[in-house]
Amino acid sequence: MKVIFRPRGPTRDHPLLRWSLTGIALGFIGLFLVLPLATVFTEALGEGWRAALDAITDPEAQSAIRLTLLAAAIAVPLNALFGIAASWAVAKFDFWGKGFLVTLIDLPFSISPVVSGLIYVLMFGLQGWFGDTLRDHDIKIIFALPGIVLATIFVTFPFVARELIPLMTDQGRDEEEAAVSLGAGGFSTFRRVTLPNIKWGLLYGVLLCNARAMGEFGAVSVVSGHIRGLTDTMPLHIEALYNDYHYSAAFAVATLLALLALVTLALKSLLEWRYADEISAVHHH
Amino acid sequence: MSLAATFPARGGAPFKNGAPPRAARTWRNPSALPGFGLSLGFTLFYLSAIVLVPLAALVIRPWELGWSGFWDAVGNARVLHALKLSFGGAAIAAAINSVFGLIVAWVLVRYRFPGKRIVDALVDLPFALPTAVAGIALSALYARNGWLGAPLEAMGIHIAYTPLGVVLALTFIGLPFVVRTLQPILSELSRESEEAAATLGATRFQTMRRVILPMLSPALLTGTAMAFARAVGEYGSVIFIAGNLPGISEIAPLLIIIKLNENDYAGAAAIGVIMLAASFVMLLALNLLQAWASARR
Repeated sequence: MKVIFRPRGPTRDHPLLRWSLTGIALGFIGLFLVLPLATVFTEALGEGWRAALDAITDPEAQSAIRLTLLAAAIAVPLNALFGIAASWAVAKFDFWGKGFLVTLIDLPFSISPVVSGLIYVLMFGLQGWFGDTLRDHDIKIIFALPGIVLATIFVTFPFVARELIPLMTDQGRDEEEAAVSLGAGGFSTFRRVTLPNIKWGLLYGVLLCNARAMGEFGAVSVVSGHIRGLTDTMPLHIEALYNDYHYSAAFAVATLLALLALVTLALKSLLEWRYADEISAVHHH
Repeated sequence: MSLAATFPARGGAPFKNGAPPRAARTWRNPSALPGFGLSLGFTLFYLSAIVLVPLAALVIRPWELGWSGFWDAVGNARVLHALKLSFGGAAIAAAINSVFGLIVAWVLVRYRFPGKRIVDALVDLPFALPTAVAGIALSALYARNGWLGAPLEAMGIHIAYTPLGVVLALTFIGLPFVVRTLQPILSELSRESEEAAATLGATRFQTMRRVILPMLSPALLTGTAMAFARAVGEYGSVIFIAGNLPGISEIAPLLIIIKLNENDYAGAAAIGVIMLAASFVMLLALNLLQAWASARR
């Protein structure tokens, strides 16, 4: 007998429900995520390729790009180093107050970017704690590179650490203990035993850390002082162009950051897909 | 008889009087691995220098004017409205995300369709796309002459320069939190309880409401709370579309910047302290939620 009717399994949704939910989900993502992304590229070309290219090669834009790259080049390695040190301490040792320490490391994620910038102004601004001392010694932190770097470090503080802590905790201590008991020193144990185990997780954390570092706006906006060609990072330069009604130019510079976001997402998906077991199991940033 | 039962777990010599000595009261367990002092020392130094000391500078600052100064800085109509908008807008956006985030997570975990992997990767876009870029894109899209703004305007719905624009930007920023918190829980969810419900005569809708949703609720709450926490302090994606009209579409983080530009450090710090206190409360709530969620699993 020919089977003309095959009942749905008890855990399968009715096709109508399936289609409508898929439609709602794709519609929501299209409307809220894809459309804004597409807008960046179409608006950038609003005045043609030449104008877009000019906006990117403009000296002020070039200086903003250099500053963004420089700030990320300082902030990301420092936070990576911190992430490695913190996860080594937390994952390989038992000590009192560990849970609290991990909560503190996560703290910058739950603080508003503007507050993250504000705290450094209150420390190093003219009326800040060290304001007078800094002025007497002619050291500029706020409205200069050090402030921008500090704010960037703060907002990207937990990325590498929170990636490595669960991963290294999962991996345990046996391999390192074996290496040490066979006579390996601390650093060679780390370099030859631990690092190969965590390299993809580390890369994953660095990738996310870098994306946020280059794109940070609120925190950097507070400490930068918006001096064009000097303390404007890429996101701040985009804001300045937009507020001056140079829309196409603003979007042209924004395409660079949008491309960075897309490359980050592609690499992130690749890492999750290819090395799922070697980066930690749960991801929500 | 196993070795472990004959000999004490660690250390060779049998204990005097047949009982192990009380564990020495130290704050850490001994370990064979090196580098504890160096790694923890650097961690604590870096954490203090970057996070803890600057936060202390914020907490101490507003009180230089005393209680009355603090209330003067925070208690006026403009600041109160901005705080209300930041918290209220974040709450509405989180509620929207809890509904659509659940649908997106369900579709991504349970259904198969072409391009699913790309859609899944795209969910993280709000994490990866710099907020300023998202801000100007949303603003261009929903401005009066924008692709979406113009037709909406014709229907009498104003989004740019209204609180609606704030909610829209905060919804954009919060979606991945709900989806990414739900996805692992949804894919671990055993189908047996669903099958059991079906065998006992429940309709698919009843199964969803009475079986699946209760199992998801801790994760759904956690994701929604994370979306809310992120949205409360959000700045970059909001300010362009909001238009920042005082008393209408001005958010609290922007007021901090305005006060700083007026050189009113104490006033800026007062608003900052309120937002920081809110962050702490939400962090605590999230930790409790996660403890509850893992206890339920």
